[in-house]
Amino acid sequence: MKKDLLSIDDLTSDEIYLILDTSEAMREIGQRPIKKVPTLRGKTVVNLFYEPSTRTRTSFEIAEKRLSADTLNIAVASSSVLKGETLVDTALNIEAMQPDMIVMRHASSGAGHLLSRVCRSRIINAGDGMHEHPTQALLDAFTIREHKQRIEGLKITIVGDLLHSRVLRSNVRLLTKLGAEVWVSGPSTFVPSGIEQFGVRVSADINEAVADADVIMMLRIQQERMSGAFIPSLREYFNTFGMTKARVAKAKPDVIIMHPGPMNRGVEIASDVADGPYSVILEQVANGVAVRMAVLYLLAGGVEVD
Amino acid sequence: MPVVLDAQRIARSLARIAHEILERNHQIDELALIGIRRRGVPLAKRLAHAIHEINHSDVPTGALDITLYRDDLMRTAIAAQPLIRRTEIPFSIDDKRILLVDDVLYTGRTIRAALDALIEFGRPKAIQLVVLVDRGHRELPIKADYVGKNLPTSLSQSVQVRLTEIDGRDEVEVLES
Repeated sequence: MKKDLLSIDDLTSDEIYLILDTSEAMREIGQRPIKKVPTLRGKTVVNLFYEPSTRTRTSFEIAEKRLSADTLNIAVASSSVLKGETLVDTALNIEAMQPDMIVMRHASSGAGHLLSRVCRSRIINAGDGMHEHPTQALLDAFTIREHKQRIEGLKITIVGDLLHSRVLRSNVRLLTKLGAEVWVSGPSTFVPSGIEQFGVRVSADINEAVADADVIMMLRIQQERMSGAFIPSLREYFNTFGMTKARVAKAKPDVIIMHPGPMNRGVEIASDVADGPYSVILEQVANGVAVRMAVLYLLAGGVEVD
Repeated sequence: MPVVLDAQRIARSLARIAHEILERNHQIDELALIGIRRRGVPLAKRLAHAIHEINHSDVPTGALDITLYRDDLMRTAIAAQPLIRRTEIPFSIDDKRILLVDDVLYTGRTIRAALDALIEFGRPKAIQLVVLVDRGHRELPIKADYVGKNLPTSLSQSVQVRLTEIDGRDEVEVLES
C-alpha cells in the first residue's frame, strides 16, 4: 500500500480485496466482550475535521480505539483555524507533535493531497470537498460483497445529487475497477459533464436505471453545497427521482438499498424504503468501523518506500 | 532434507496426546480445544475427533488468530502487514479448561500472544498447551503440556509442518536455510 489513502486510485484491485478480507477479521473484534486489540498501542492518530460529521468521525474514532491507538479530535469550531491559520500551518503544527496518522475531512477537493505533500504522517482522506471519500466506498463494497458474494458483474445504480458527491466519485472508481456495471441517474443539473469517461452508464430515466438492479445506492441532496437552483423543489425532486416502493419493485427481487447518510427522508428516499426489508443502511454504518480498522491497520504497518 | 514425521507418526502422536488429555482432565465437559491459525486449527479438530473416538464426548473447537497481538508488528518501517484471519470461538471460555493447540513451539512468542488474546475472551479455569513439535530455543518462560515430538534443531534450520487440510499432505520436515 502507498503511504496515504487519499483516493481509490491509490489502491490496486488486490489491495481493495486485501482491505475487504482484513475487514472480515476486524468485524469479529466488535462482537467480543472486550472490543479491543493492542495492535496500534503507542500510535497517535489525529482526527482533523473541517466539516461537520457524526458517522465518519465516530466510526474512525471507534476504529482507532478498538486498535488501541491514542486518538485526538480536532474540531475546527474550537481550533485556531478560526483565528486565521492556514491548512498547511495547522497541519505542520500538528505534525510537530509527532502523530503517526492524520484522518482529515475538508470542504476543499484535494486538501488531503496538499497535506500529503507537507506531512510525514500517513494521511487518510475522510472526505475532501466534491472529490473523494475512499473509506465510504470501501465499506459500501464490503456491504455489497457480504450480500451478493461478489461485485464483478453486478448492476449497481447510483441515484441523486451526483455533482456534489464525493461518495459517488469514490464508488464509481472502486466499483468499475472491480468490474461492476455502474449506472447513474439524476436530474441533468446534477450530472457532472464527462462522467461517462469513468465507465458508467447515465440515464435520466430512473425507471431504466433501476430496472433489474442488484444494488441501488441513494445519494443525499447536499443543500449546503448548492449555490444555485439545481432543482425546482424538493417535492418535485422526490416525485421524479425519490426512491419509492414502486421504483424498488422494478429492481431485482433481492435488491439491496444503500445510503451513505445522513438521509433526507421524503427527499431522496421514502421512509418506508429506508426502513424497509431491502435497506442495508445501518449495516453500512456497522461495517464502517471494521473497514476503517482494516485501513488503519494496513496503513500503519509497512509501506513500500520508493 | 529429512522428513522427521510422516502421516502415520503424526496420527499416532495425536492419538497419544488425546489419551494424555483424557488422563489428565477428568471433567471432560469443561474442556475446549482452541487452535492457533493456521495449522493449529486442523490439529485442534483432529484432537477433538480423536477424543470422540475414545469416549464419544464432544469437545468444542475454536480458532484463534494472534496476528494483532504479535510483539513484532510495526517494528520495521518497510515490511508489509501480515494477513489477518478470522478468530472464531463460538462458545464462552469462562471456567473452561482450554487446550491451546499449535503446530510448532519455538521462541514461545506466538504462545505469549495467544495467551494475551485468549484472556480477552473471558477467564478460563486453566490453559494447557498442546504442540505437535517442540523444536527448542525458547525466548520466553513457556512450556508445553503435551508434545507430539521433541525435535532438537539448530537456529539455522526451520521446521515445516504440512497438514492435509492446508497443504495436501501430512508431514514434518526440517529444512536447512
